[in-house]
Amino acid sequence: MIFVTTGTQAPFNRLVKVMDALASELDGEEIIVQASGVDFETKNVKVVGFLHPKEYNRIFNEARLVISHAGMGSIVSALTKGKPIIVIPRKAALGEHRDDHQVDSAKKMEALGYVPVAYDEEQLRTKIVNMLMDDSALSKAKIGEYASGSLVSSIRGFLLSS
Amino acid sequence: MKKKLPYKKLKMKVLAIASKGGHWVELLRLMPAFSGMEVVFVSTEKDLADTVSGHRFYTVPDANRWNKYKLIQIFILVARIVNKERPKFIISTGAAPGLLALAAGKLLGIRTIWIDTIASAEKLSLSGKIAIRFVDRVYTQWPELSGPKVIYAGNILL
Repeated sequence: MIFVTTGTQAPFNRLVKVMDALASELDGEEIIVQASGVDFETKNVKVVGFLHPKEYNRIFNEARLVISHAGMGSIVSALTKGKPIIVIPRKAALGEHRDDHQVDSAKKMEALGYVPVAYDEEQLRTKIVNMLMDDSALSKAKIGEYASGSLVSSIRGFLLSS
Repeated sequence: MKKKLPYKKLKMKVLAIASKGGHWVELLRLMPAFSGMEVVFVSTEKDLADTVSGHRFYTVPDANRWNKYKLIQIFILVARIVNKERPKFIISTGAAPGLLALAAGKLLGIRTIWIDTIASAEKLSLSGKIAIRFVDRVYTQWPELSGPKVIYAGNILL
């Protein structure tokens, strides 16, 4: 199963559309799309709105691949669980977010080797097909449960100093 | 199995506030910083209480920065919580409700910490830019964005 997650703040219909079109090329693999404001009928994917955190986690854990907007919630979840993820940032020019911070942060996270990023629908299509064909291409980046020790001790030091 | 307590109990109350989604996930990854302290949480989605069971949890509405009426309403709600709890510190990873809680805390003489989201990678978030003006300590998670009033000490990922 492939889980597509777009957050709850704004529609991301470009991603929903490309996944609906791509579904027919994926040998009937189930695709669950979490999205709000979908204003058209999907043919091949199941769309759900808000998911309770427990239900969200269950689907997230079951998926063999997660496709996500560049929201930190999904990126961090994928990295802590070692779940393969492809990120596609929202673009301000297409009205998908108020600015291009998703493009900026996705670029930097990609450069640091955290997540693969698709900057348009064609790149997404290619990356999904490649990752599903070659299991070893499924990203294995993994992080621990907590922030970097230096950040934690800096904050704790400040809390205890006053 | 008995739970290991890495630090002794401290007489310190911290109010930690973040909006649902990425901001909340970032906040939870800072938990070891509060070890041994009493932490009261505030967020914008009641279901998130399950993710911090054992801690007291308040819910406030969410709002973006443009809805002034809603922002005033949220300010009153978070100010009430802050005034009731009277923590020693308030810490937020964003977004607008967190910034408003820090402002309320400042008025009451409470120490404040802002951690700008890792999602703001090219410049500080709008809330972060406001936070610089009055918050006691502001962190960025990108070394390029640090400066005289903004500390870089790592990020929530590693």
